[in-house]
Amino acid sequence: MKVISVRNLTKRFGSFTAVDNITFDIEQGEIFGFLGANGAGKTTAMRMLCGLSRPTSGEASVAGYDLYKNANRIKENIGYMSQKFSLYEDLTIRENIRFYGGIYGLSLSDIRSKTNLLVKKLKLEDSINSLVKSLPLGWKQKLALSVAMIHDPKIVFLDEPTGGVDPITRREFWTLIFEAADRGTTVFVTTHYMDEAEYCNRVAIMVDGQVEALDTTGVLKAKYAAKDMGEVFLQLARKAKRGDG
Amino acid sequence: MQAVEVNNIRKTFKAGKSVVTALHDISFGVDRGELFGLIGPDGAGKTTLFRILTTLMLAGSGTASVDGFDVVKDFKQIRKRVGYMPGRFSLYQDLTVQENLSFFATLFNTSIKENYDLIKDIYIQIEKFKKRKAGALSGGMKQKLALCCALIHKPSVLFLDEPTTGVDAVSRREFWELLHNLQKQTITILVSTPYMDEAGLCDRVALVQEGRILGIDTPEAITKQFDQVLWSARAENMFKLLTDLKAQQEVNSCFPFGQEHHVTFNGSEENARLVETRLNQLGHKSVRFEKINPGIEDCFMELMEQHKKS
Repeated sequence: MKVISVRNLTKRFGSFTAVDNITFDIEQGEIFGFLGANGAGKTTAMRMLCGLSRPTSGEASVAGYDLYKNANRIKENIGYMSQKFSLYEDLTIRENIRFYGGIYGLSLSDIRSKTNLLVKKLKLEDSINSLVKSLPLGWKQKLALSVAMIHDPKIVFLDEPTGGVDPITRREFWTLIFEAADRGTTVFVTTHYMDEAEYCNRVAIMVDGQVEALDTTGVLKAKYAAKDMGEVFLQLARKAKRGDG
Repeated sequence: MQAVEVNNIRKTFKAGKSVVTALHDISFGVDRGELFGLIGPDGAGKTTLFRILTTLMLAGSGTASVDGFDVVKDFKQIRKRVGYMPGRFSLYQDLTVQENLSFFATLFNTSIKENYDLIKDIYIQIEKFKKRKAGALSGGMKQKLALCCALIHKPSVLFLDEPTTGVDAVSRREFWELLHNLQKQTITILVSTPYMDEAGLCDRVALVQEGRILGIDTPEAITKQFDQVLWSARAENMFKLLTDLKAQQEVNSCFPFGQEHHVTFNGSEENARLVETRLNQLGHKSVRFEKINPGIEDCFMELMEQHKKS
């Protein structure tokens, strides 16, 4: 079943085409890696798919809803986290979960049971009443991912979720991603870590606003005669003309 | 005399009622002309250390010197001699590229012309935008301008705090090429990064975590210290392989590493074969074990675990 379907999606800012006519489908339960150099158009594309930015032209449906007609229904059915923004630092763990649960319309009893489940899984029982800012970054990011999925969204969008995280926690974070995908959640993820690109079922590489390559990691590596995804990325991203300066 | 000397530097911060120790009595030295990397995740204490060495913050205890000058007594001397590029873009957003550069040159009593040779390779890449306000530049261009501004007074020691964080793989490579060219001009460079794969581009590295140095040496020497036999493991279903490997009592550690998992075993090498056979019995297809050489990231994780136990 397709949970994201994108046709000729385009976004222009004045004379600048940030996202240029992109087309792809994403299946349910897929871990979909979205790579590209800085300035290639990843963030703009992601903002459109989250219903936060209106496309200039093209079509897309996300979680079964049309991007133009039902942007708000899309927001209810997706989760989002990024390295830059995730949780409220001056709220406790419990308060953050309560807040996000409320935002996504969960009942109080659901929030209560989700809270217990979540802190138990992340082994945060002892810190539940601590402020989020007192947590190590790695814990924060794992908590943020779990909170972004508190309403069991069909899709979760992760924008560079592991930047600056230590190598062990980075792997624990990916284990959470594997588990979510195993349960049927679709994961749409951007990263600058090329080893993480290998963990994705399929990878799209954006160059100058266009999807330059899209396939499974195995096919991409064979096609570009590369030993790993890092080499595939370098070959494609070097072709960029508009670049980042 | 080394370019940078750090002796038992300790720094604590108050966080509400508790006290957080950002740096635990750390000591190390950096030689003249060296490209020295501080490798570690956010919260390791990298920025705190740079702020102490650039005289922007006082240590709780311990001493440090830069270019032979004490970071407390001789702070004015140090400020003339170091270049500092903070992790967060800190130039004047409402000045143009050129205005920022001449502002910093003037502050240090010099001119763009005088030290143009040093920044030439970098500056020509942003020169066509010299009339553009710094705030309107893209991330990559901001970074290059910040590097030019940190270099314009020809510092003897350059501090770069996470210059490649959030930067794509192509631009990261280009940035390291710039650093290697600078190094040829006999500038000592201290650079911090959370990317383990950048360790190999430094002469020596300190692996840092939670305010402590886990290891310090050349990248080659650090990987030689890895004291176990490391294996790579592959099979068709990598996620199931990970779960199944972790469940084997003979497996000491198992981490996903891109297209393979890196595994160490308890006891003798026989155990690797034993586990391989068991995985085949569990229905795994195309199971492949191979002995490999550890990288910096393997070592970092081993040191982290050793530290947790001690």
